[in-house]
Amino acid sequence: MDQQSDRRSGWSWWYLLFVIQFIVSLWVAFYNKVEPSWVGIPFFYWYQMLWVIIGAILTAIVYFATDA
Amino acid sequence: MQEVNWIALIIFIALFVLITVLGFVAAHWRKGDLNLLNEWGLGGRRFGTVITWFLIGGDLYTAYTFVAVPALAFGAGAIAFFAVPYTIMIYPILFLVFPRLWYVCHKHNYITASDFVRGRFGNRWLALAVAITGIVATLPYIALQLVGLQVVIGGMGVVGTGYAGDVPLLIAFIILAAFTYTSGLRAPASIAIVKDLLIYLTAFAVVIVVPIQLGGFGNIFAKVPAAKLLLAVPGANTTGAYGVYATLALGSALALFLYPHSITGILSASSGHAIRRNAAMLPGYSFMLGLLALVGFFAIATGVSGLPEYAIGFKQFGNSFAVPALFLHTFPSWFVGIAFAAIGIGALVPAAIMSIAAANLYTRNIHREFINKNPTDRQESQMAKWVSLIVKFGALAFIVFVPQKYAIYLQLLGGIWIIQTLPSVMLGVYTRWFNDWALLIGWVVGIVTGTWMFIAANFAPNYPLAFAGHSFPGYSALYTVILNLVVTIVLTALFDAAGGKHSDETVAADYRP
Repeated sequence: MDQQSDRRSGWSWWYLLFVIQFIVSLWVAFYNKVEPSWVGIPFFYWYQMLWVIIGAILTAIVYFATDA
Repeated sequence: MQEVNWIALIIFIALFVLITVLGFVAAHWRKGDLNLLNEWGLGGRRFGTVITWFLIGGDLYTAYTFVAVPALAFGAGAIAFFAVPYTIMIYPILFLVFPRLWYVCHKHNYITASDFVRGRFGNRWLALAVAITGIVATLPYIALQLVGLQVVIGGMGVVGTGYAGDVPLLIAFIILAAFTYTSGLRAPASIAIVKDLLIYLTAFAVVIVVPIQLGGFGNIFAKVPAAKLLLAVPGANTTGAYGVYATLALGSALALFLYPHSITGILSASSGHAIRRNAAMLPGYSFMLGLLALVGFFAIATGVSGLPEYAIGFKQFGNSFAVPALFLHTFPSWFVGIAFAAIGIGALVPAAIMSIAAANLYTRNIHREFINKNPTDRQESQMAKWVSLIVKFGALAFIVFVPQKYAIYLQLLGGIWIIQTLPSVMLGVYTRWFNDWALLIGWVVGIVTGTWMFIAANFAPNYPLAFAGHSFPGYSALYTVILNLVVTIVLTALFDAAGGKHSDETVAADYRP
């Protein structure tokens, strides 16, 4: 049945990399600040933009690791 | 009196002619029998990784997004940036849930989420609830795409008095309706490529040119008032703006792929692999959206709202005019034409996909289920084509005759409503444990409390939830979907104890390659 065959359909420990993206995104108090700013851009803005890129890289890692 | 910007207008029209031709030619692209709903409404499920990237990107990052997010940054500041964590969180969801949905839909020839729910839980009333939620949430969204189009047309100085002012909008819409009718999903898929290239070009141009003109990002942010630069730090006994920001991002992320147009884009992919790859590639659009949110600050820093030549535009369109005004102020006319065409075409692509998605829902899950149970393939696709026309002109009538704020209210409510299908669709992809009637009652509870919270909060999406002396202002969609889920789980346990039956036409193997 559906639930019993999860072994094949597959949980992977690599999926934990996704949890990081949620924690980072939802922990607003951590990044609601101006300093350290970067080329004049407040932390609040460049930090979140940086995580768009890191999130894409993490997703790519999960893709390659689980798609064998 | 504002003058017509002829150079911009000519380039704008030329690009519109180009995509019109493309839209009609698209009928012959990867040719299939357009008398089948699967071909008209899902492009035959043949789009590979790259086309899917353009299609979903063109579908999710709409003209309204490109106008409304910077407008929110311009007017309200940092809160607008919730769009960035929101788009960070959507891709893990896309990666984990939606390949499974794709496989099961491919296996059983499901065209809509409602088809899936019908098969998974064997309850046509639950399927009807999912279909109606999808259609109702989509209609105001289509209407708001037109706002993007209206703003750029107005920005080029094409203004008329009374309803004559809506003639350009009508022309754009007739074009849209005609190529959608003829080519189905192939039309927005091909146009999305042009649209996205134009949008990327525009976004990077503005992010490079404006900071150079204004002497760097430091100068730009220095001109942004402190109250807009960051979120307000919450006071005692409240999660304040932090809670609003986080719940808006999470709730929006959970809701996004439940929208019919998202699911249509996903199901038109050629494989589950194409969807997984896209989860890693689509953040390219998120990055651009973040850049565009900053454009709202550029508009503050250049002071366009104080310049007399843009006073009419701001008076007519409010903060939505911030981006067009900035483009007009910064770029030569020929580039304004390109940038405005990017926004205008950016309205047509999602509007086309949304109308197709709504038409698929009506045809499959309302008409076929309740009115004509055994249509021929030809009748079914013909019905969808007609419905796509009705839906679009309904949206047009809405935007012409009804004040814009009602379309915005309904679109905000749409987000609160659509998320109520999460237990049936997103969790249904993983488990058949839920009882079908429990899901339906959970849906009703979510819709009713969500709507009530929206009204109680004075037509705003954030409700100040009070609990044990603390206040948790946050996105009603997230609060009510949790309530919905709790009700569903409790009732499932009760109904199962009373001997409730489950009927599921899918098996575990259907959810895998």
